[in-house]
Amino acid sequence: MATKKTPTTPPTTTPTTTPRGRKAGPTTAAATAERRSAARLTRPRVLVTSGASDLGRVLCRRLHRDFDVISIDTRAFPDRPKDVDHHEVDLRRKAAQALIKKSKPELVVHIGPMHDERPGRSRGSSLLEATATLLKLVEEVGAKKLVVLSAATLYGPSAVSAAFMSEDAALLGGQRHPRMADAIAVDMMVQSFFWKSPGTETVILRPVHIIGPHMQNLVSRYLRMPRVPTLLGFDPMVQLVHEDDLTDAVVKALADGVRGVFNITGPTQAPLSRVLAVRGSHTIPVPGPLLAAALSRMGALRLTRVSDDELVHLKYACLVDGKRAQTVMGFAARRGLQDALRDM
Amino acid sequence: MAFSGLLSRVTDVLEGFLDPQLRARIDALPRRNLNEFGVDPFGCDPEIIKLIAPALTFLKDRYFRVETHGAEHIPKDGRFLLIGNHSGQLPFDAAMVGTTVLTEAPTPRLVRGMVERWSADLPFVSELFVRSGQIVGDPRVCARLLEADEAVMVFPEGVKGISKLFAQRYQLADFGHGFMRLALQTRAPIVPFAVIGAEEQAPAIADIKPLARLLGLPSAPVIFPQFLPLPLPTHYRIWFGEPMEFRGAADDDDDVVAGHVRKVKNTVQRMVDHGLKRRTSVFF
Repeated sequence: MATKKTPTTPPTTTPTTTPRGRKAGPTTAAATAERRSAARLTRPRVLVTSGASDLGRVLCRRLHRDFDVISIDTRAFPDRPKDVDHHEVDLRRKAAQALIKKSKPELVVHIGPMHDERPGRSRGSSLLEATATLLKLVEEVGAKKLVVLSAATLYGPSAVSAAFMSEDAALLGGQRHPRMADAIAVDMMVQSFFWKSPGTETVILRPVHIIGPHMQNLVSRYLRMPRVPTLLGFDPMVQLVHEDDLTDAVVKALADGVRGVFNITGPTQAPLSRVLAVRGSHTIPVPGPLLAAALSRMGALRLTRVSDDELVHLKYACLVDGKRAQTVMGFAARRGLQDALRDM
Repeated sequence: MAFSGLLSRVTDVLEGFLDPQLRARIDALPRRNLNEFGVDPFGCDPEIIKLIAPALTFLKDRYFRVETHGAEHIPKDGRFLLIGNHSGQLPFDAAMVGTTVLTEAPTPRLVRGMVERWSADLPFVSELFVRSGQIVGDPRVCARLLEADEAVMVFPEGVKGISKLFAQRYQLADFGHGFMRLALQTRAPIVPFAVIGAEEQAPAIADIKPLARLLGLPSAPVIFPQFLPLPLPTHYRIWFGEPMEFRGAADDDDDVVAGHVRKVKNTVQRMVDHGLKRRTSVFF
């Protein structure tokens, strides 16, 4: 995790209150409750959905220093910081909705489908439903800010994709991949929310592949492999962002006045082969059709959950332009690509 | 691993063919846009040029025996657009212009050419194109490169130019307006050039359009002689002209931009005509 640091723009809920730090140390339950209620008055409350996912956990750990964090997930979050209020509920259930209505979070961080891989069944429609429910709740409780974590891969790595796509490029990634199609639907749903609820400052972050010591996503798993299959004859440029930089971006997005869509990238980009060289992995170049056939056969035998559709990432680049986040939010990644690759 | 060992041995052998003078020129290429991984934002690595330069200089000096005129007009630094005639069914003219700028210009410059979008689907070729600085033709990418003070080569005739039939040789097809808007937007000077000799490298007597449609290719020329591994060894003559500067807004009306484009097209056509007049033989 990152070193402790107060955000450059401290978010405030009402002009009459000031943010106040809290003392750590063993206290009685009553004192904790009292302190918590006192802190409630001063610290903005943020709701994190999918709080027990890799990214959700990292985010909760970063946000609980400056915010009162309420996390919602169907999974347990055993190693959460003590003051993170975790609820094991499904967002679509009445209990979760009652909870949100009661706690009235001013800020909401929604972790999109691309950052919450779960084993087993496809969660497509359920995620769309959960997002729709959340948007309704955000409107109902009058939350000030909604930050949704989408993904830059939604632009779609393909032979025709232009290099350094800006935020207004079309999201074309979902033509073959069902999970990406769902993620695009979520992204679009939130885009229309910009207009539906102008009172809420809505932010969509589209980060490139996120890596870091706490990440268990496909890219991190791929980069951690000692022997890595690559596509023979292809060496696309890749962009990666460290988890600490991503949480920085989320904190920046929570600041007053920020709204809109932002690509979040690391400082540089590099060919896949050189990224793997920094990791010290041995590459095994495999002809594309062979690797695709192997993956689909292994998938049929339930030996892997990786679909052969993912191979497009090893074939084509999907470079995005992160200039807007820099100029509007003042976001700049602190972890260099080599540094980020060594810290996994 | 065996594969990477083999790869490094191959690159050592290829670099062995490199002329020391050319190596010095490649080392002198501008490198200010490279990051800590040794590539520019688009993935171009000048070191890769060392591997392909021997083959390119063989084609340039031995096969096509390129004769260069006006290389002194190539800007020493800063951005510029190379605009010229396209011909010869296979883009050897682009490769030869790029190699000539690398080897003959007052200071070596790496020319960024445009390649077809479907080339990204070809194994090895796509990688080679990206590493050697060839980019998928896209106006936004070109603008970005010019803003970074790179040299970009554009054939405004496009596919119409390269797939000309033998009967239409050295007659320029219509120029697109994209390059001029790009030049106006980035305030890049235009360096016109004419390639003489490429039209005869693969004389096409007909273009079978239904076959081209069937194969998804831009054209299906009937070339004499067909299925040769390389085009005919014609004698190339490349003429570079004085840089032309245009001022105006990139979103000017079509009539205004068309006027600028006509100027460039006429210049290139004049250079082609002049080059043809000066040519004594196609092959020698």
